[in-house]
Amino acid sequence: MTIPAGSLLTAQDLRKTYGPTTALDGAEFSIHPGEVVAVMGPSGSGKSTLLHCIAGIVMPDSGSITYNGREVTAMSDAERSALRRSEFGFVFQFGQLVPELTCVENVALPLRLSGSSRKEAERTALAWMERLEVDDLRKKRPGEVSGGQGQRVAVARSLVTNPRVVFADEPTGALDSFNGERVMELLTDAARSANAAVVLVTHEARVAAYSDREIVVRDGRSRDMERVV
Amino acid sequence: MSIGHTLLGLLESGPRHGYDLKRAFDEKFGHDRPLHYGQVYSTMSRLLKNGLVEVDGIEAGGGPERKRYAITEAGITDVERWLATPEKPEPYLQSTLYTKVVLALLTHRDAGDILDTQRSEHLRSMRILTDRKRKGDLADQLICDHALFHLEADLRWLELTAARLDKLRAAVTR
Repeated sequence: MTIPAGSLLTAQDLRKTYGPTTALDGAEFSIHPGEVVAVMGPSGSGKSTLLHCIAGIVMPDSGSITYNGREVTAMSDAERSALRRSEFGFVFQFGQLVPELTCVENVALPLRLSGSSRKEAERTALAWMERLEVDDLRKKRPGEVSGGQGQRVAVARSLVTNPRVVFADEPTGALDSFNGERVMELLTDAARSANAAVVLVTHEARVAAYSDREIVVRDGRSRDMERVV
Repeated sequence: MSIGHTLLGLLESGPRHGYDLKRAFDEKFGHDRPLHYGQVYSTMSRLLKNGLVEVDGIEAGGGPERKRYAITEAGITDVERWLATPEKPEPYLQSTLYTKVVLALLTHRDAGDILDTQRSEHLRSMRILTDRKRKGDLADQLICDHALFHLEADLRWLELTAARLDKLRAAVTR
């Protein structure tokens, strides 16, 4: 694959095995700033492994991942951690909020970990909570809010550091369709207005319909449908 | 469903008489609606006229002459193009999609590619509806939701079929 001009994040010929199981078998990926790309495919096809590799969480056995001109596979663990903290945001399906902290403290957490003062971090956090329509929950703990509300809090947290890429792995998987769609609407609106790219792993077509294009992963290989059709 | 393309696809595995074609069609695709002989012969004469099939041999017997048909290169290209073109997302297209998937398996093409291309076409429609829903009022939202749920139902069938391709291949090539 040639790297598409203007790409923010690209992956080429990624291979990854877990014991006898091949999770990625030459997968490729690219995304531009501000673009929302859905990664689709059946369970076990390798789509979550692809997301974990391009987000710098898991190292592939071979292949290349380039973020903003830098080779991610050549970075040390500490450099990849710093990259994830400063440039990336994450939303997962379950259990991502810290139960002991209030919602606003949860949203402020990435800023606190990067050294911001409590007051400054919570002020920025609250602005994002307003945008995600959950600012009234600021003093509640995650156990006291609904699944849909908790997921909006998680989306606010993923965006609080102004990341350039948000990785969302089945972000609506635990929600009913009404709440799921509202989360997708708010996530993609917020990301687009901040010019953040979104990598959206999903098996739900209605969720994927919020993307600009989709990549299909089958048996560890990826297919960019925009280039096929 | 395109009977012409389906008969052409069936001819890809080897020349057949009109009667054999009808039998193969009924067995694989015509459970509810078997083909009439007249449909087979009118379709074959159209395909012959268009150069998509040729007469491979004629058997003279006690009854009428029996022509054996073979697919031409132009016929193979025509099937290839039909299989690769996604269907317009609309209600009840499953029978056409099912036919395409079975023919792809019978002719050793990648049936997964057909399903991927169709998913992409459906998603294209779903993106337009989703965008209209986001910008519209409640009436727009309800109308778009109705269409979106129908398209989603098609895609659920498509994903289930994709997950069962190996079983289907074993069943249709038995």
